[in-house]
Amino acid sequence: MLEDKDRIFKNLYNDLGADIDSAKNRGDWSNTKEICSKGRDWIIEEVKKSELRGRGGAGFPTGLKWSFAPKKVGAKPHYLVINADESEPGTCKDRDILRFEPHKLIEGCLIASYAVNAHKCYIYLRGEYYNEGLKLQKAIDEAYKANLIGKNSSGTGWELDIYIHYGAGAYICGEETALLESIEGNKGQPRLKPPFPALVGLYGCPTIINNVETIAVIPTILRKGSKWFASLGKPKNTGTKIFCISGNVNSPCNVEEEMGIKLKDLIEKHAGGVIGGWDNLQAVIPGGSSMPMLSKEISENITMDFDSLVENNSGLGTAGIIVINKDQDIIKCMARIARFYKHESCGQCTPCREGSGWMWRILERMAKGEASKDEVNMLSDVTKQIEGHTICAFGEGSAWPVQGLLRHFKKEIIARNNFDPLVKNNKNIPYLIDQHILEEDVKNVKS
Amino acid sequence: MSLKKVSKEQPDKFEFSEENLILAKKIVLNYPAGKKKSAVMALLYLAQKQNNNWIPLAAMKYIAKFLDISYINVYEVATFYSMYNLSPVGKYFIQICTTTPCMIRGAYKLVDVCKKNISEKENELSGKKNCSWTEVECLGACISAPMAQINDDYYEDLNVKQFEGIIKDILKDKKPKPGSYRGRINSEPEKNRQTLIENKNA
Repeated sequence: MLEDKDRIFKNLYNDLGADIDSAKNRGDWSNTKEICSKGRDWIIEEVKKSELRGRGGAGFPTGLKWSFAPKKVGAKPHYLVINADESEPGTCKDRDILRFEPHKLIEGCLIASYAVNAHKCYIYLRGEYYNEGLKLQKAIDEAYKANLIGKNSSGTGWELDIYIHYGAGAYICGEETALLESIEGNKGQPRLKPPFPALVGLYGCPTIINNVETIAVIPTILRKGSKWFASLGKPKNTGTKIFCISGNVNSPCNVEEEMGIKLKDLIEKHAGGVIGGWDNLQAVIPGGSSMPMLSKEISENITMDFDSLVENNSGLGTAGIIVINKDQDIIKCMARIARFYKHESCGQCTPCREGSGWMWRILERMAKGEASKDEVNMLSDVTKQIEGHTICAFGEGSAWPVQGLLRHFKKEIIARNNFDPLVKNNKNIPYLIDQHILEEDVKNVKS
Repeated sequence: MSLKKVSKEQPDKFEFSEENLILAKKIVLNYPAGKKKSAVMALLYLAQKQNNNWIPLAAMKYIAKFLDISYINVYEVATFYSMYNLSPVGKYFIQICTTTPCMIRGAYKLVDVCKKNISEKENELSGKKNCSWTEVECLGACISAPMAQINDDYYEDLNVKQFEGIIKDILKDKKPKPGSYRGRINSEPEKNRQTLIENKNA
């Protein structure tokens, strides 16, 4: 287990207070000027050496991302955008940072802005986090008042303004280019990449977009040194991470732990174990709803880091762990996740817009045992038609959980859904018609 | 994308109150010169707050003029995002998260409470017209499931009995206390906390 002295978010549970004085007592803002005076190249090099990977889901190396920003500011200004649109089911880590460690985030914003030459920083906060937004705004006001940000931020001579931009309940705005569209005042529909935001981003200007947790750990990394951060976790999967453990566990919680911790340890030690005991475990979704689930056998020994989860056909994502025990109907659980994706698809690409609804309808029928045997393969086919055929990663996010279900629970689905499709009795009916509509029609005709 | 119903009954006129006009002008300054359009989301929130938690079409036209953008630009934003209510909702607007992490901890039991005590269908006003409810997607408080959002506040770690109590208070126009209903502190594990113990005792 990680020792308390190595934890970055000492106030994760708000034992110590979130105001500026308490934050300073914990070491925030203590030598920001000194850190910045070491220069942009040093900061980016340290972040690279720490091997910090983005905490928002994709796990892209942060130092590398920063180095994509143009070295010198040209005709267009640079922007820093913080992605606080935390909406992935199973994930609620950023909420605690915004509520209880806002000064870590604000200080990170200053250092990151300095490193990528940005004078303006927008924090895109999900609209539902209204109270969290008030707390963050209070912290920003405190920082302005203490001259930590503003005209001459922390005495560095760097000018920085931070603004909060509220979202309004669209999951897709967590995708970086949709987020930029949303800040520009448009519908949140992702843009084609390339060009990448680092060169053409907000208002067509170079923009670096990072997750809240990524930015909030930066000051501590620079203070304690990249070596310290890299010594935690595993090679290429370094440092600490906030894990959210929800679902059928005895004590659901957020906890900061070392990368590469065993999943079983997280569930048993921190979250009080699975309800009904470990043997009652059915499946675990390891990284927020868009990552494929793991079976009980895999969950036994898996470690929580980017690479080992990818080896097991899943991903760390946002590290939102959803534990599902045997009292739950696994097909129904995934049907609900499919409904989430159907609801949140932005509607731009046809495979995702149509496919997400299609998957949901098939899964709903499968949960009731009303689907035909053939549809199991058809469902797998639909997921493959979505995956890789959309502008943004939402397509994968909606297809992967269904693929995970098919990978581990195909037998259960087939056992429940084994009737002969009606289509075979009526050969003239086109293949694409929805089965349940058809069934209604047949019932009506009969009566 | 979700279904958005625009109310059939619409007021003829909408204008920002003096207070909101000052706020709106301030919000526009958050964005670079010539990028006033960025303020559209924040202004829609202001309009919604001023107009009993829903946005009439007149407000969209007003905002379009205010920001020098076309009406359709405002309309498409208002209809795209789920948090803009386009028809009247209750003074107490209850949103129950029913996405999987909440569902497996009993969110649909909370939905049943709403059906019994407020209205059979979603988005219908209760008898006294001060309350309405809806199912929503993940509200980002998964470790505190099941939970509901009432106006701006989160009500966490609920069970059926407590939620019934909350609804009864609301129907009597009394605002219940937000936060965890199992008495736990923020997002720490309820039992057997292993980390940052020194801080806890400090």
